Amino acid sequence: MTPNSQQSRQPKGQPTGPKHGLTRRQLLSRGMAAGATFVVGAGFVASTDAAWAMETANLQPKTMATLIQMARDIYPHDHVGDAYYARAVKGYDTPEGAPDIEAGIAALDAAAQGKGFADYLSVGWERDRVDILRGMEESAFFQQIRGGLVTGLYNQKEVWPLFGYEGESFSQGGYIDRGFDDIDWL
Amino acid sequence: MAAPFDLNDSGVIVVIGTGAGGGVLANELAQRGVSVVALEAGGRYLPEDYINDEWESFGQLAWLDPRTTSGDWRVARDFSGLPAWIVKAVGGTTTHWAGASLRFQDHEWKAKTTYGDVQGANLLDWPIDAEEMAPWYDLAEKKLGVTRTNGIAGLPGNNNYKVFEAGAKALGYTEVSTGRMAINSSDYDGRLACQQTGFCFQGCKWGAKWSSAYTDIPRGEATGNLEVREKAHVLRIEHGADGKVNGVVYADADGVEHKQMARAVCVAGNSFESPRMLLNSATSMYPDGLANSSGQVGRNYMRHMTGSVYATFDKPVRMWRGTTMAGIIQDEARHDPSRGFVGGYELETLALGLPFMAAFLDPGSWGREFTTALDSYENMAGMWIVGEDMPQETNRVTLNHDVKDQFGMPVANVHFDDHPNDIAMRNHAYKQGIAVYEAVGATRTFPTPPYPSTHNLGTNRMSENPRDGVVNKWGRTHDIENLFVSDGSQFTTGAAENPTLTIVALAIRQADHIAGELSRGNL
Repeated sequence: MTPNSQQSRQPKGQPTGPKHGLTRRQLLSRGMAAGATFVVGAGFVASTDAAWAMETANLQPKTMATLIQMARDIYPHDHVGDAYYARAVKGYDTPEGAPDIEAGIAALDAAAQGKGFADYLSVGWERDRVDILRGMEESAFFQQIRGGLVTGLYNQKEVWPLFGYEGESFSQGGYIDRGFDDIDWL
Repeated sequence: MAAPFDLNDSGVIVVIGTGAGGGVLANELAQRGVSVVALEAGGRYLPEDYINDEWESFGQLAWLDPRTTSGDWRVARDFSGLPAWIVKAVGGTTTHWAGASLRFQDHEWKAKTTYGDVQGANLLDWPIDAEEMAPWYDLAEKKLGVTRTNGIAGLPGNNNYKVFEAGAKALGYTEVSTGRMAINSSDYDGRLACQQTGFCFQGCKWGAKWSSAYTDIPRGEATGNLEVREKAHVLRIEHGADGKVNGVVYADADGVEHKQMARAVCVAGNSFESPRMLLNSATSMYPDGLANSSGQVGRNYMRHMTGSVYATFDKPVRMWRGTTMAGIIQDEARHDPSRGFVGGYELETLALGLPFMAAFLDPGSWGREFTTALDSYENMAGMWIVGEDMPQETNRVTLNHDVKDQFGMPVANVHFDDHPNDIAMRNHAYKQGIAVYEAVGATRTFPTPPYPSTHNLGTNRMSENPRDGVVNKWGRTHDIENLFVSDGSQFTTGAAENPTLTIVALAIRQADHIAGELSRGNL
C-alpha cells in the first residue's frame, strides 16, 4: 500500500479525545501553543489542528508534549502522525513513572537552554533538537525513552500499515494464493 | 496415553529437554521399548496455540529466565540479558527453528586436520565422520521430511528468494536454490504443505515445518513408554557413592522440588543449560561439576559466525510473505583459505516483521539514518549469514554466583569474543551479501550485526581423548558411564551448516546406542 498521510487520523482505541462536554475547538481555546505542533492546557495536550488530544493525569501537559516531540525526534517518520508517538509514550503517565520523566524532560529543557533556546519545544529545526539529544544519549532517561519506543511505536498494529507491513496472514490462509511470489520487476 | 512413572522408579532413562536432541531421543528410545521420563522446563504449546505476532510469540515461547553475558560480542552490549533467542517449551527450539536441514560437508568432521593449527582456536577432529553419520542422516532426513531428499520437491521461492536468486546468479553463483528444508512442499507424514504464511520463527500454525512438539513427542507418548513432564525445571543431577548418576532433582510448576530416580540421564537443555546443569551439580566427589575432569564443561562455546544483510530497492519486495528462510547460496560454504579465513559460510534468505526489524536492524541506533531504512521496509530484502566459527577455550558458559534464577540457582554467564577468523569471514560475507543485492539494483544496503544466538553449540564437546572434551563418540560422558549429553552442546566443531539436522541424526544414533547398551546389560 502507499502510506497516505495519517496526520489527521486518530488511531483506533487511542486514549484521547476532547474532554467531556467540550468540542475539540472549545478545548483548544483553553490551551496555549507549545512549540509549533502542540497545544497544552490544564490536564491535556493536543495537536494544533485539533485532530487528537490526550489527557494527562500525572505528567504536566507540557512535559507530555515535549516527550512526544522527543519521541518523534528519536524515531522520525514523516508519514506517521503525532498521535502514534503520543500513544507510544502514554504509558509513562503513571504515578510511579512520572517523577523520572519530569526530571528527564527538565534536563532536556535545561540542555536546550544551554544552547540558547527557551526550551526544547521551541527549538525550530530538527537538527538542533537532535544535537541536544546526542548530548544526552548515554543518559538513563534517553535510553529509557528510546528503548521503550522500539516496542511502543513499532509494535502498534495500527502503525504497521503505514510501513506496508501486513502482520499475520494465517487467518487468510497465508500468502500461497495471495502474492508470496508476485514480484514483477526483477 | 503417556505412561506415568513413579519418582522412585530407578529403571527409567531421564531425558532433560524435549527439543531436536531430547525430544527425538525420548521418542526413539520409547520406540525401542525403553521407559523414559522427559523433563521439560517449559509448557506445552501446539500449532493452534502459536501466535503470529513477533513480540507476543516471543513472550509465549522464548527462554526468558535470567542469564548474563560478557566478552566483546555486540550481543553483550545490545542484549546483555538475552544471549540467545531459544525456546522454553515442549519441543524446545524446534518450534522456532527456520527448518534449514543441511548435512555437514565431509571435511567439516575433520576441522583440525583440514584447517591445521589456527592460533587461538581449540580445534579438534570429531571422533566420528561423514561415513559413520551417513545412515543416521538418512534417517533424520526421512523423519523431518527434508525437501530435495528422498524425492521430495523443493519449496517454491517467495519474493525475498527471487531477489536473492537473481542477485546470486548475476554475481555468478551457481549453488542457489530454495534449499533443503524440513518444511513440507506437499503433505508429508500427516502434516500439511507450507501455505507461505510467514512466521516460521513463531511456530508453524499449519504444522508444515517439522517440530518435535507435534511429531516425536506425541508418538513417543503413544507407545506408553514415554512420560513428558512439562514445567519441570531441572535444578541438578545427583549421583550415588559409586559415582554414577542416580536421579534428577527438578522443581514443578508450583516450585515444589522432586527427585526422579534414573538408570541413566541424558542432558539436552541446549548449550547454555546443559553445562549449567552439570556445573550446578557439583559435589565433594565432583567439585568442578559432573563429567568435568577435563575442565572442558562449558568451554568452546560456539554460536556460528552470523550476521545479516538487508537491502532496500526502489520497488516493493514484501519479504515477510512466505517461508522465512527457504533460500540458500552455498558457493561460499567450501573451505578455501585463499579468501583469508578457514572454513566457509552459507547465505540464507531471512525476513523479519516490522517490530523485530526495528529491534534488530541496528540495535541502539536512532535518528534518520535508522528510520529512513524502516521507511523502506516494504521494499526490503534480507539474508542471514551462517558460517563456521572457531572454538575457543575462553568462550564459555560459567556459573554466575551473583545472579540467581527463580529457584535460587546461579545463572549461566555466557562469555564470547570473536576470533579473528570469525571477523574475517563475516567481513567477506558482508561484502558478498551486499554484492548480491547491488547486482539487482539495491539502493541501500545494511550489514546487520548478529542477533542473540540461535545456534548454540559446543559446551560439552565430543572428543576421542577424555582429556580434550566431555563426551565420547556416543555422546556418553567420559567420566560417568550412565550420563549422556544429547544436544548441540556435544558438537566438537560447528561446521557451516544449520545444526538441527545433525542434532537429530546424533540423537537417533544415540538412542540406538543406549538401547543396545541396555540390552547388553551395560547400563
